[in-house]
Amino acid sequence: MTATETHRAIDAVWRIESPRLIAGLARIVRDVGIAEDLAQDALVAALEQWPESGVPDNPGAWLMATAKHRAIDHFRRNTRLDRKHEELGREIEAKELTVPDLNAALDDNIGDDLLRLVFVSCHPVLSTEARTALTLRLLGGLTTEEIARAFLVPEPTIAQRIVRAKRTLTKERVPFEVPRGAELSARLSSVLEVLYLIFNEGYSATAGDDWMRPTLCEEALRLGRVLAELAPSEPEVHGLVALMEIQASRSRARVSPSGEPILLFDQNRAHWDRLLIRRGLAALDRARNLGGERGPYTLQAAIAACHARALTPEATDWPRIVALYDELAQMTPSPIVELNRAVAVGMAAGPQAGLALVDALAEETSLENYHLLPSVRGDLLGKLGRFDEARAEFDRAASLTRNVRERELLLARSRQCAGRSTSSAN
Amino acid sequence: MRFMVMVKATEDSEAGVMPSEKLLAAMGKYNEELVKAGVMLAGEGLQPSSKGKRVKFSGAKRTVIDGPFTETKELIAGFWLWQVRSMDEAIEWVKRCPNPFEEGESEIEIRQVFEADDFGAEFTPELREQEERLRKQMTAK
Repeated sequence: MTATETHRAIDAVWRIESPRLIAGLARIVRDVGIAEDLAQDALVAALEQWPESGVPDNPGAWLMATAKHRAIDHFRRNTRLDRKHEELGREIEAKELTVPDLNAALDDNIGDDLLRLVFVSCHPVLSTEARTALTLRLLGGLTTEEIARAFLVPEPTIAQRIVRAKRTLTKERVPFEVPRGAELSARLSSVLEVLYLIFNEGYSATAGDDWMRPTLCEEALRLGRVLAELAPSEPEVHGLVALMEIQASRSRARVSPSGEPILLFDQNRAHWDRLLIRRGLAALDRARNLGGERGPYTLQAAIAACHARALTPEATDWPRIVALYDELAQMTPSPIVELNRAVAVGMAAGPQAGLALVDALAEETSLENYHLLPSVRGDLLGKLGRFDEARAEFDRAASLTRNVRERELLLARSRQCAGRSTSSAN
Repeated sequence: MRFMVMVKATEDSEAGVMPSEKLLAAMGKYNEELVKAGVMLAGEGLQPSSKGKRVKFSGAKRTVIDGPFTETKELIAGFWLWQVRSMDEAIEWVKRCPNPFEEGESEIEIRQVFEADDFGAEFTPELREQEERLRKQMTAK
């Protein structure tokens, strides 16, 4: 193996092993920041030694053993050594290093440790940005540079965000544990929120963007799949995985070769990824089989599944989608959900019924500058043959969107209405 | 990125010899690791080529050929579809696989799956920049 090959192998090993390494170390040293430093030390040691010695047969165990030695050194060297650290050092030495089969002992706990690391990285004491950066760094094994490129933010900003996040976790004495009881569901939704945010950041990437941005979708999906195995009894985890799998299944169909967004109904469904759809439906089944009330992610996934199951737009089960939106609107009422429900009602019960719901949103201040409100209204008015009004709505929508391609699309629809308007014919 | 990871056939697999219990257990554990790491998208084992068919194309003509096929080493006995971040990572995972034919010799082949983006592989940064410029010009109008 050449030196470059070894470096690439080390890089791959690091990506695979670093989350488990950091998680295992964090359990011992009870500090995520120190755990990451120790893991990095082990990486440096590998970069020094492996080009000479070759990659060991069990690289994960090698990294862990090295990091643990560093941990002991760290505690010993520390001149401001307090009793706790001294004890900890001895404890690690006694417990971890004398265990004959270090790996077996580690494997038993590793799933729990990883889950703890997930919850700590997404802890509510941290801002959403900090949670996102820390999760990608610690659980995704992404470098600061990669995270910065993915979020279109300067690298020092991300570096500082991560440093501050780790400091906050230490300062706030956030325990390295999985929350229990009533706290669990709130903390879990914080984790799911972070994963979905990462996914959407990648999903919103446009042609010509840095390739790291779409990679975020894959990373969020991967982390979701990992989480589904770490917390298999949580229905909403499977719900989120289902939602992401099904949305990702459309990624090939949602943008034209020249970069224009293609709306769901105009997409070539033959380009939908059947493997991801199948995985999404399977994840949805897992969520359903766990029983209980359906959470917001599971409901959104169920809606996405209705579209995924329809081989043609005409085959869409709109009454079912309306029923799911009704449920979602009850659980997490929001003007956006209401607007989506209006679209579904418009399809299931006709444009007049949809329009009534949209008009009820007219006073909603949070949607004041939201281009989709006039866009949906324009669509329904057009279907009712009220082309003059529809045209005005599309023009308004076009003036509100910041997306150039979308504006073009809306203006084109406005022109279509103008062409069909009775007043313009006169 | 996705990779298809193919376990090549051996004389044993072609003869329909079933894997030992020990190997099945080791493979089961390995598959579990792949799932836990969010790597595995799909995976299947294939029946021997004696139960397979080939359809040969020759211009407009199609001829069905019955198995078994002779070039054992070029046949596949099973496959996975993985989602990993690089070829190096795929290699690292393959190295961790138990030998699919225990003490014997066997081979696993890794092939990257084409993604939509790959069709833009010829799309150099310069071309991309050019396209960006064009797009800006268009929107400026």
